[in-house]
Amino acid sequence: MNVYAYFVAGWLLIAGGYGIVRSRHMVHAIVSLAVSQSGTYVLLLAVGYQHNVTAPVFGSTEKPTKQVVDPVVQAMTLTDIVVSATVTALLLALAVQVNKRQGTVNPDDLAALEG
Amino acid sequence: MTALLVLSLTLVGVAGTAVVVSASPERQVVTYSLFGLTLGVLFVVLQAPDVALSQLAVGAAIMPMMILLAIRTMQKDQKQQRDRDDS
Amino acid sequence: MSRRVRLLVFLVGGGAVAVMFALAFLSMPHFGRPEHLYRDLAVPAAVRHATANVVSSVNFDQRAIDTFGEETILIASVVGTAALLRPAKEETERRVPDTGRTLGATRLVGYLLLPVSLVIGLDVVVHGQLTPGGGFQGGAVLATGLHLLYVSGSYPALDRLRPLELFDIADALGATTFAAVGLAGIAIAGSFLSNMVSFGTFGALFSAGTVPILNVAVGLEVFVGIVAILAKFLEQDITVVKEGDDG
Repeated sequence: MNVYAYFVAGWLLIAGGYGIVRSRHMVHAIVSLAVSQSGTYVLLLAVGYQHNVTAPVFGSTEKPTKQVVDPVVQAMTLTDIVVSATVTALLLALAVQVNKRQGTVNPDDLAALEG
Repeated sequence: MTALLVLSLTLVGVAGTAVVVSASPERQVVTYSLFGLTLGVLFVVLQAPDVALSQLAVGAAIMPMMILLAIRTMQKDQKQQRDRDDS
Repeated sequence: MSRRVRLLVFLVGGGAVAVMFALAFLSMPHFGRPEHLYRDLAVPAAVRHATANVVSSVNFDQRAIDTFGEETILIASVVGTAALLRPAKEETERRVPDTGRTLGATRLVGYLLLPVSLVIGLDVVVHGQLTPGGGFQGGAVLATGLHLLYVSGSYPALDRLRPLELFDIADALGATTFAAVGLAGIAIAGSFLSNMVSFGTFGALFSAGTVPILNVAVGLEVFVGIVAILAKFLEQDITVVKEGDDG
């Protein structure tokens, strides 16, 4: 249990990479990349987790002295998720353009890059 | 508590694998939004409600919609191209 | 490179990464341990600035400059998507009829949930310094809510509800507000994005100084940015056709 969360994170990263290598459709590769990036969310949050404490949000009445999990990694994960969405949007737009130009989105059928 | 953690981590791992091995992108959209949902649950269990909220909105709603629209545009473009080639 | 060779290269590289991961994970501090050095610094800093949601404090106060960089990434992505998906020379836009192929129940639920999700989105944005949520989450909820109109089968209604020219201005406005708050920090307190407004009472709606202002700016920008990106994809899918083709 001590390291299980870390291994799930590593597994997501490598599984995503496998998906990119095996993909026959650009959208499949892009979604696999998003899965890869999800590994970083799990790793970050796992690093900041502490057993039996609450979320880093205090109520207005309670004294802010209770123990909480690490808020810094949570803020980083938040940034990570938004960046992942913008990267996916940009990649999908690129794939749509490639499809217009080349008529295919199978990475194996794509001609060499044109200048 | 620990059982819940192990369960949600395992679900994330399984769902992530399912996304990667889904062959067609159309099916992948469905597995991907389910994967987003399992991630949201995991984040709640990991005491990160802020992150869970943002993951649910982005991963389970906005990204699948973007991907579906992109796939439909590609299919439409390919169909138009085929029609032009035929005529 | 053939698929076999590619897979082989991946197996070698992925295997090496997996081994290194395993070695690193086994010597990392254990999952769920009680020592968190950053936490011990971030929580008192948030409490000093009267911010009940420590994650918001980290995002919009303690490392607000990183969030500013992230906003720039968001804007760059909106601009990039817009540039890539603009209709090409040989393509024209057409008007779409109201298709009306949606189930009545879907339509009803869509229209009922639209105001609810918009209100929830606004609530999440303005309470970002108190409860889980903030500009990112609220903006995303708002954008999702708006697209319920598309799900309920009324693309023209969605099109009328989001004047894209205004949205482009709003996007710039969100980023400018963020930068302006940062510059005001230099003018008043001597450093970029320093929290110089009065902090108020811990847990009150108007507390945490600049955090709520930045939250609203980010909420506006995320909402507008996501709507603009989705609008480009919707346009490609629905209204753009090649010339001489009726779709």
